Amino acid sequence: MSRYLDLSRRKFLKTGAVTGVAVFALPLLTRQGPSATAVAAEAADADSDARLFIALQADGTVVITCHRSEMGQHARTAVAQIVADELEADWDRIAIEQALGDKRYGDQNTDGSRSIRFNLERLRLAGATVRHMLRDAAAEQWGVAAADCLVEQHKARHLPSGRTLDFADLAAAVADRQPPSADAVSVKARKDWRYIGEGKPIVDMADILTGKGTFAADVRLEDTVVAIIARPPVVLSKVQSVDAAEARKVPGVIDVIEMPANTEAPVQFRPLGGVAVLASNTWAAQKGCEKLVITWSDSPNDGYSSEAFRKQMEAANEQPGDVHYSKGDVDAALKGAAKTHTAQYYVPHLAQAPMEPPAASARFVDGVLEVWSCTQNPQADQSLIAGMLGLEESQVRVHVTLLGGGFGRKSKPDFAAEAAYLAHETGRTVRVQWRREDDIRHGFYHTVSAQRLEAGLDDAGRLKAWRHRSTFPTIQSTFVAGAEEPGFETDLGLRDPPYALEHIQAETGRVPAQLRIGWMRSVANIYHCFASQSFMAELAEAAGRDHRDFLLEAIGPDRLIDFAAEGSKFANYGGDTDAYPFDTARLKHVLRRATDLADWGRDMPEGSGLGLAVHRSFLSYVATVVEVTVSEDGELTIPKAWVVVDAGTVVNRDSVRNQMEGGSVFGLSAALDAAITVDKGAVQQSNYDDYQVARMPHSPASIEVEVVDSEAPPAGVGEPGTPPFAPALCNAIFAATGKRIRELPIGKQLSA
Amino acid sequence: MIELTVNGEKHSTEAEGDMPLLWYLRDIANLTGTKFGCGAGFCGACTVHIDGTAQRSCSVPLSEAANREITTIEGLAVNGDHPVQQAWAKHQVPQCGYCQPGQIMQASSLLSDNPAPSSADIDSAMQGNLCRCGTYPRIKAALLDLAEKAS
Ligand code: FES
Ligand code: FES
Repeated sequence: MSRYLDLSRRKFLKTGAVTGVAVFALPLLTRQGPSATAVAAEAADADSDARLFIALQADGTVVITCHRSEMGQHARTAVAQIVADELEADWDRIAIEQALGDKRYGDQNTDGSRSIRFNLERLRLAGATVRHMLRDAAAEQWGVAAADCLVEQHKARHLPSGRTLDFADLAAAVADRQPPSADAVSVKARKDWRYIGEGKPIVDMADILTGKGTFAADVRLEDTVVAIIARPPVVLSKVQSVDAAEARKVPGVIDVIEMPANTEAPVQFRPLGGVAVLASNTWAAQKGCEKLVITWSDSPNDGYSSEAFRKQMEAANEQPGDVHYSKGDVDAALKGAAKTHTAQYYVPHLAQAPMEPPAASARFVDGVLEVWSCTQNPQADQSLIAGMLGLEESQVRVHVTLLGGGFGRKSKPDFAAEAAYLAHETGRTVRVQWRREDDIRHGFYHTVSAQRLEAGLDDAGRLKAWRHRSTFPTIQSTFVAGAEEPGFETDLGLRDPPYALEHIQAETGRVPAQLRIGWMRSVANIYHCFASQSFMAELAEAAGRDHRDFLLEAIGPDRLIDFAAEGSKFANYGGDTDAYPFDTARLKHVLRRATDLADWGRDMPEGSGLGLAVHRSFLSYVATVVEVTVSEDGELTIPKAWVVVDAGTVVNRDSVRNQMEGGSVFGLSAALDAAITVDKGAVQQSNYDDYQVARMPHSPASIEVEVVDSEAPPAGVGEPGTPPFAPALCNAIFAATGKRIRELPIGKQLSA
Repeated sequence: MIELTVNGEKHSTEAEGDMPLLWYLRDIANLTGTKFGCGAGFCGACTVHIDGTAQRSCSVPLSEAANREITTIEGLAVNGDHPVQQAWAKHQVPQCGYCQPGQIMQASSLLSDNPAPSSADIDSAMQGNLCRCGTYPRIKAALLDLAEKAS
């Protein structure tokens, strides 16, 4: 894995001479104009939901409000497509507004791959409602029957006479109308969709390509000071003493402020504490922060070290754990098996490390705390900030900027709360900027995990019994002090094995959490899918069978798996099991298609191989095949990958492809070199030099994605592309080299 | 007093010479298209052209940028229609878009040196530009498309 440029740090950053700084005062204004969202939202009442999302301007422009955060999944485009389609708006006459955090939108937590699943029908109805209002307003104006009118591409048309009225001509009349009730509104037939399906080019394209997209740190407000914060190196530690004399001498530094400590478990989303340096610009704040001399208190987490902890987790896996799924008699079946196979897998802590580090601006004026943040969940910002500062939630206004990636990190609003605290405390407008080092060292980490799998085969090499034990510090610990028993993680690839077996058991061990544990794109599916799909390949090998054939046989006949009836309390991602059954036919279909596309079974040259994995997560079915070449000195290249996804109904096919490509590269990053390790409670990595994520030469040169045509209800897209990538890659490495990777990252294992 | 040219305009500033060009552009010149990703030369989000060549603005002190011609994403093409920008739109490259100003500045610099780069040329020119969203296959496809047109 040594294909990086030498990217060693430039020395001058630490050694520049300090002289006077004069910062030119420019009139700095936010790019965000008056908010049509706010107008629409304030005009809305409980039964006129459509107006939360749609406002019509006098010139006929349809302003569509997106209440989900845009972080690269093209939510703003998808929301616009759905509303504009049902509204029969001309795509060139729409504008997109970003919603404030507001409970009236319902769930805004852009997380769990749910934006389309939760909102497709709701937004269709909103668009159709306004379409009916336009039709009725036109009919009234003409004095004709509404049934003789229809709305098409920004015009109402009277069919018998052919007369038309543009949306601009109807805007005033529509503003005064009450929306019809939902049962009086009919949405379009699927065959009449114009925008939903293939999809439109993304609405933010021009801004992004010219640098005009407003991400959190790009918000410009008058008289803003920039804060950089030194945070405790160990969770639950706090400032014991601070000497800020040298920091205050740095030209441009305005103030040094101690943040409230967070020394009580559970840590929740509260800021970590530490010391903030406020300055007139980012560079001065950063230099000032480096000059702070801080001693930190001891913490109960000081003893956390990754190496010792791994042994603790592996020891837990040698004991029976908490049982989450039990069917048949696994112990007896394993004893009676013709052949058994056991393997242990390990995946380290990981950091989301979005390209845009956390940042937020805040000001407190006339009793209103206003925040601009790259948040995945503005309502969480609202409640955290209100609680922390003793304000009503109505006093906290949260503007959502574009997010430069989120991946779960930006669901946790600690960084916006830091800005809010400083604004409240100082009366200034404050922009908190996280350095990359802050992001890597003070995250809400993807948990570390150890797993042990054991299976039994019969004489004919058929899978007969399966036990999966998984031990990891749980996300629950972030919310419940001392929690060791996992929560929803067990639903992510542990208690939903899709195999037609009489003997299955899924268990977890208990270990404490000593870092802030959060969720990262596809969450526990990453480690559970890595282990179980690698183990399947190992079993096929042990049975002397082709991996695809063995896997298809293990999945068994086409059926809807009723996990409840089988003894597993599988939550099915909150999806109704009638709408979203676990359908083995769909699982097998994506597997067959991906392997067909990759020409599975073809002869591969020496040092090359194909690997596969298949997984259902977030209610979508994804199969991935990876082709690798490993040179004699262990250098890995990935000429191509194939991904087949069945996500039910899709709104923007090309965005789905983009998410499968991106989800794959995200899985690749988790597999190749990235690891967060801890020593004496402190994270040892700091930037992209020692926390290495995939670069272009590592990436598959191309990724062929097939999106299955489906009229099933929409399922998740942002996350399901990630889990199968690492096991497919490691299975390909095995095919190419005979070397089995059971521990991530791959790192130097191929050259060892 | 440091003088430099940014997107064809003369700038003069009292800011300290050790301030990285990145923070001058973002905080003082208010040109926020150039992004901060790592501050240490590892990610390429801050890439600009200095006298026509891609460089990491986080790692160039203002004193070194003195009397040079700086081009940022805002100044790459008046109407945002540089061939790289057009190819990016055609291939629907961006996901979150945060890395893309840096990618585009790096790619446009590559093409001015080498209008028809091979896949390996592209890998080596673009490997310093991270994209956590994983748009690499599309960036490569867009650049190979441009390379094909040029040759
Ligand atoms: S911010 Fe300059 S290379 Fe990352
Ligand atoms: S598009 Fe998001 S980091 Fe590249």
